[in-house]
Amino acid sequence: MNFGKQLKEGLLTQNPVLVQLLGMCSTLAITTTVANGIGMGLSVTIILTLSNIFISLLRRIIPEQVRIAAYIVVIAGFVTMVDLLLQAFFPDIAESLGVFIPLIVVNCIILARAESFASKNKPLAAAWDGICQGLGYTVILLVMSAIRELLGSGTLNGVEIFPADYAAQMLALPVGGFLTLGVLIALMQWAQSKSGKGGK
Amino acid sequence: MEWTTLFDIALGAILINNFILVQFLGICPFMGVSKKMDTAVGMGFAVIFVMGLASALCYPVNRLLENLDLKYMQTVAFILVIAALVQFVEMFLKKSMPALYEALGVYLPLITTNCAVLGVVLLNVQNNHNFIQSVVYGITGGAGFLLAIVLFASIRERLEFSEPPRAFKGFPIALVTAGLMALSFMGFQGLQIPW
Repeated sequence: MNFGKQLKEGLLTQNPVLVQLLGMCSTLAITTTVANGIGMGLSVTIILTLSNIFISLLRRIIPEQVRIAAYIVVIAGFVTMVDLLLQAFFPDIAESLGVFIPLIVVNCIILARAESFASKNKPLAAAWDGICQGLGYTVILLVMSAIRELLGSGTLNGVEIFPADYAAQMLALPVGGFLTLGVLIALMQWAQSKSGKGGK
Repeated sequence: MEWTTLFDIALGAILINNFILVQFLGICPFMGVSKKMDTAVGMGFAVIFVMGLASALCYPVNRLLENLDLKYMQTVAFILVIAALVQFVEMFLKKSMPALYEALGVYLPLITTNCAVLGVVLLNVQNNHNFIQSVVYGITGGAGFLLAIVLFASIRERLEFSEPPRAFKGFPIALVTAGLMALSFMGFQGLQIPW
């Protein structure tokens, strides 16, 4: 088990959004404000860590044939918990994330980690994997929502940086989500090709 | 009366609030299965079918949960219904329409984790649609998916022969393309029925 390596994989080399290209829907849809990005990122991190631990504990009990269904039920249980907690303690965030909280159930990141990591490793390693991958996802959400909020409406976490009249409102609309993510992934590919050459 | 609301819902689901390009539901299959035209079309029809059926099935399930005061179990119940439904559709197609089953291949089980399917069910609950409205919303939502993925696949087939900057090759340029499509779909925003 290698804690440093897992962290690096989650944040950079195997980043769930930029490299594995998972969890696109939520990444594109909710990154209009920084508060949304943080709320979504942390919710997914918590659910991912809990479901990773749980699935790792159950990995010898769950029969091979029904494992996907079993994973989905475990994940859906944790998602419901987080959904209710958010509604109780952070009603504003729950309101603005709306239907995308229950949709974490079908967020491919969580199912992918359950299938490819948690079902093969010990609970401690699985928990750390959940935290790392969740952090990688949260960082991307933060970067995207900061870019879109700042350029799209001139604010950063609700604080005005420059007047909204000068902002490119397009970035706050669906178009902006596609474009920002496209450019970020292009940056990642560029960085990878650079570092690949450096290695040789 | 009833017909105009249904038409309203259909128009909204296909054009104004297109599931993929405006609401961001079902991006994964949209990106993953749009490299070839024929698989895109197959996926589109499979999604219409499953979304319509899921809307119809989840409506009574939701009523049952409401009557039992178990509303917080919605997410778990819906995902189970959808997973079971996809499994049954798969078994049914394998027996009765093997040709279609072969054509859809691996995409059929993937529909379970398509957020558009769970999304349409949750939106039906959120918007208080009745049974007929739910089914119409499900089917037309799927039709919107089909429209978007067919348009996107036809653009992507041409992208293969173009030469973008190296960093943009593959996925990034596809995302930018989808962004431009979303921009053009914004033109439908103000669309309204005059009655």
